[in-house]
Amino acid sequence: MTKGEFLCELRKRLTGLPSDDIEERVNFYSEMIDDMMEEGLSESEAIEKIGGAQKVADSIIADTPLRKIIKERMKPKREITPWIIVLIVLGFPIWFSIFAAAVSVAISVIAVIISVVASLWAVTVSLGACAIGSVAVLVAFSIGGNVLQGIFVFGGGLVCGGLSILMSFACVGITKWMFKLIKIVILKIKTMFIKEKAK
Amino acid sequence: MDVQLKRGLLDVCVLAAIKNEDSYGYKIIKDLSPYLEMSESTLYTILKRLENSAMLTVRTAEHGGRLRKYYHITSIGLKRIKEFKEEWKEIMSIYKFVTKEDEKND
Repeated sequence: MTKGEFLCELRKRLTGLPSDDIEERVNFYSEMIDDMMEEGLSESEAIEKIGGAQKVADSIIADTPLRKIIKERMKPKREITPWIIVLIVLGFPIWFSIFAAAVSVAISVIAVIISVVASLWAVTVSLGACAIGSVAVLVAFSIGGNVLQGIFVFGGGLVCGGLSILMSFACVGITKWMFKLIKIVILKIKTMFIKEKAK
Repeated sequence: MDVQLKRGLLDVCVLAAIKNEDSYGYKIIKDLSPYLEMSESTLYTILKRLENSAMLTVRTAEHGGRLRKYYHITSIGLKRIKEFKEEWKEIMSIYKFVTKEDEKND
């Protein structure tokens, strides 16, 4: 891949960002490649060192706030004539519902991920609560004379407690994984906006 | 490493790389490479952040028939390095205390 091809590919993948931002990024990488080549690296070595256009574009998009991408996308590309305003107003029920649907899908995907993890945490905490509760039952039963039954319940409580400790480790892992997943979902949403525009 | 801490460290590293003389993108990465690996996109984000907080200024100059951006540290940037050194004196003394406890336990 030559420098020209790399920059062209990068520019294409960034379509949808404000044009000033794209220019600045492209100039930055162009200067970087020139400087590497001046140091004796070949054109392809320099590009390889920077990473492919896809990787670079992904990290740039991840860095750009969603707000900026949407704002750029909402910017009218041609003059707004009265007819277009009429169309926008009349079309409101259609475009607004599509937009609202898209937003709610995105929010619900994230909400589902969060609620699955939250329910796992809830199970863990309640198992822990069972373990603590079983101690109270043991004491109450012992006072009432039913020591054996008390010990039986306490044993069950210990099992719950053990499960709770094991699950808390799993939950911590899953929570970390959830944050990663949410990050990926947000990146996907951002690229969706950009891809659609690049067509 | 904690993200916030790492971000602060990288900012100061880049400031230190342009402290003595104005520098450009690739030279900053090269100068830092014995100490830490920094990707080009990370450097871009940091330079932008430092420029927005007026810790450095950018000028474009001709080099070998093309344009190159040079980064120049401002007095705010120099102050940031000074603050960083003060902060780390404190952190190093905490570190000493923490590792001393370790020795006792080992």
